Amino acid sequence: MSGDARWLAGTGACAVAWWLAYSHLTEFSDGVVRLLGVPPASHLGAALGFFIFESPKVLLLLAGIVFVMGVIHTFVSPERTRALLSGRRLGLGNAMAAGLGVVTPFCSCSAVPLFIGFLQAGVPLGVTFSFLISAPMVNEVALTLLFGMLGWKVAALYLALGLAVAVVAGMAIGRLAMEEHLEDWVRAIQRSRPAERASEAPMSWAERVRAGLAHDREIVGKVWPYILLGVALGAGIHGFVPQDLIAGIMGKKAWWSVPAAVLLGVPMYSNAAGIIPVVQALLAKGAALGTVLAFMMSVIALSAPEIVILRKVLKPRLIAVFVGVVAAGIMLVGFVFNAVL
Amino acid sequence: MKDIKVLGTGCAACKATVRLIEEVAKAKGADIRLEKVEDMAAIVAYGVLSTPGVVVDGKVVHSGGLPSRDKVLGWL
Repeated sequence: MSGDARWLAGTGACAVAWWLAYSHLTEFSDGVVRLLGVPPASHLGAALGFFIFESPKVLLLLAGIVFVMGVIHTFVSPERTRALLSGRRLGLGNAMAAGLGVVTPFCSCSAVPLFIGFLQAGVPLGVTFSFLISAPMVNEVALTLLFGMLGWKVAALYLALGLAVAVVAGMAIGRLAMEEHLEDWVRAIQRSRPAERASEAPMSWAERVRAGLAHDREIVGKVWPYILLGVALGAGIHGFVPQDLIAGIMGKKAWWSVPAAVLLGVPMYSNAAGIIPVVQALLAKGAALGTVLAFMMSVIALSAPEIVILRKVLKPRLIAVFVGVVAAGIMLVGFVFNAVL
Repeated sequence: MKDIKVLGTGCAACKATVRLIEEVAKAKGADIRLEKVEDMAAIVAYGVLSTPGVVVDGKVVHSGGLPSRDKVLGWL
């Protein structure tokens, strides 16, 4: 028991240290720029200041939120989510699936067993798709980076629109009744019963904290180089790229920029981490928010590796419908944004 | 002898799980037969929703992420 208590006390101490570091970032960044002796008003000074302030800020935020999500994951296993979604009808089921997709642990490497496991337990195809679209697209890394770099309004918009795309695309796929476009082996398995499973002991809080730390190690340990690279690129754009260039290509006036952004995003595969700092800099230089958000959603939600993985369970026609419906949804988001804002 | 299967299609955590089980079994001197299951249909047949999954003597005891060392010790 004393071991558990020590874990919890250690976590508390880390939380305090985290807060102290996070609330003194401006002093830190100003101090470093002064130490380096670069004039703050120069191109180089602007770029450096951006980098030295943004990268620790984003990494700290990410470490904090990923930790909390790791703890939440110990409460919402995919098995529990599946039980909640089993037998739900289109509509409410899609909304629940999209929402649960945000908090349920998900890795695209296990998209196939999850997909089949859901269908096997009686989760409708359209509801399963809502989950599969929302889980990778609306994730804590994307939301944290948007919040940290663009503010809570953009993060909230991304959350709401990501969920909307997942719900609507899932409902559309469900309405099309495409069950016969699942690969044959999937349909055969769907009729079988799952294997017996040992029941798991309930977790203690110390174990949940350890799960949070493990999640931090796994996620932040993987994405930090991309974040630094992304922030450095962003810093370069901040300091050096002229405003007119980006505004001309990605501004509101260029109507074709939304579909172009989505098309460009499909073959790209990035873990939100690398893309958002660049996105922030593009926005600061006059790119339209809808175009940029559409680009981001497309990069994260539709990726070549994921399509290859899903091809194992879906026949080409269903893959095409999946990509088409999601891409259409994302484009709509882009256009609506550009028109309204 | 325990019959242990690790279900996974080659994600990083799956490989780490295999290594961890080998290591713990060696340290404890436990007699196990460890097998990696990479065939998707076979993995799905065990009903795990996230990989890596671990099956001990035909029963799924773990799924999703690297198991803790204590958990692995408990299986052996």
